[in-house]
Amino acid sequence: MARNRFPQDRGLATRMVVTAFLLGALYAVVITALLLAHVQLGLVLVIAVVLLFSQYWFSDRIALFSMNGRIVTPEEAPQLHAVVDRLCALADMPKPAVAIADVDLPNAFATGRSPKRAVVCATTGILRRLDTEELEGVLAHELSHVAHRDVAVMTVASFLGVAAGFVTRFALYSEMFGGFNRRSNNNDQGGGVAVVFVVLLFSMVIYAISFVLTRALSRYRELSADRSGALLTGRPSALASALTKVTGEMSRIPSRDLRHAEAFNAFFFAPALSQGFSISSLFSTHPSLEVRLRQLAHISQQLGQPV
Amino acid sequence: MGFLDVLLGRSKAAQPDLDQLFAVPSAAITLEAGTAFTPTGVGAVCFKSPEGGAFAGLRDEVEKLLALDSGKFDETADAFGFTWLVRHTQPVDVEALVTDLHAANSTIADAGFGPALLCTVVAFGDGSRKLGLVYLFKRGTWYPFAPTGPERRDNALELEIRAAIGTDLKVEEDLTRWFPVYGAPGL
Repeated sequence: MARNRFPQDRGLATRMVVTAFLLGALYAVVITALLLAHVQLGLVLVIAVVLLFSQYWFSDRIALFSMNGRIVTPEEAPQLHAVVDRLCALADMPKPAVAIADVDLPNAFATGRSPKRAVVCATTGILRRLDTEELEGVLAHELSHVAHRDVAVMTVASFLGVAAGFVTRFALYSEMFGGFNRRSNNNDQGGGVAVVFVVLLFSMVIYAISFVLTRALSRYRELSADRSGALLTGRPSALASALTKVTGEMSRIPSRDLRHAEAFNAFFFAPALSQGFSISSLFSTHPSLEVRLRQLAHISQQLGQPV
Repeated sequence: MGFLDVLLGRSKAAQPDLDQLFAVPSAAITLEAGTAFTPTGVGAVCFKSPEGGAFAGLRDEVEKLLALDSGKFDETADAFGFTWLVRHTQPVDVEALVTDLHAANSTIADAGFGPALLCTVVAFGDGSRKLGLVYLFKRGTWYPFAPTGPERRDNALELEIRAAIGTDLKVEEDLTRWFPVYGAPGL
């Protein structure tokens, strides 16, 4: 058995498990509460399931369509295909479809419901700015997302948040419109309003908690993808240099393009954020540049140690 | 990847499988009998060198190989940051070529750089056309690759070769994994 130069990061795995466990616990709490309160939320849950499932099932087409990405053949983009080919052969994974989005924002994303139905997309902006080594690092990061099935994991993880968001909206509407009916022909108006208020409050709290947890999970998945990608190419510093280039360039891009792209941050290699952004790191989908660079430097150091 | 690996977002580095390399000589005989292709005596090993201290470690192994028998192997780098160790032998001596290639591969793998191995190419020719038999380490399979020019390959010839050597070599079934290696040594 050959020696293994690529140790696992136990700390990262532990944080991910804890986050996933807290999300699971939140599910349990919500379901128990619903059962205890005898609430009829079947319709809401069905809508949320259908919505998220279709988002998951068509994730490749949705993302490509919204980013205006186009699947390219090896003849059209031999360089990009060659890099993806080599990475897939190194990692022993099926080759995803390769797409290019004609956007000057330097970024790349991977999506698709399974490794067999995955798409890796790079923007013309990133192809223009990065050299082959850096591009390879970025694509290895994206292929790691595919291998880790991050679309599936994040879809499951964000289900509760989406469902809670629905409940909040339903409660608000029924309060606004249904409230009048109750008031005109029902003596028990006080109780109805109170129930709606409780549901509203409860679902808002659930939404807030699951939002924070999902974001935390997303950041850990990013770090995992950085790690796996860096180990695949054996060159963490190339990925680090790509990251600094991409994030440095991004704050200088005009903001119209950025706002257009912000909805797709969860799929992106580095999030597109307008300059002057100051939300606490708790709410971001990606870890900060410093955290990512620190991890890559650590991997680079580990690779250098004799085994 | 198992369920746990997906949940934890980790992937294990794929280890190479060197067992199928020694099937080349019999495939060479079949090729010579069934088609006009004969070995050119050139074979090469392709790997990705890591950075930093790991690079130095791999370098040591490569230097040892290069020092063997006063320059048995040559070294070239390609545009994608991969290194090729090239071995030239007499065209008739396919077995010696494969033995040397296997030695190079196992040296690299034994030093802990197995995940960095990409492929091995054995070159063939029929006078005008070129053909490479490419071995994918991570899958332990072979596929034919016939370049006809820059970024162009002859798929019909490749499929013909697959039919010819199918019984001698374990041919990669998934055609999407027959990735081109334009500019590989000897091709």
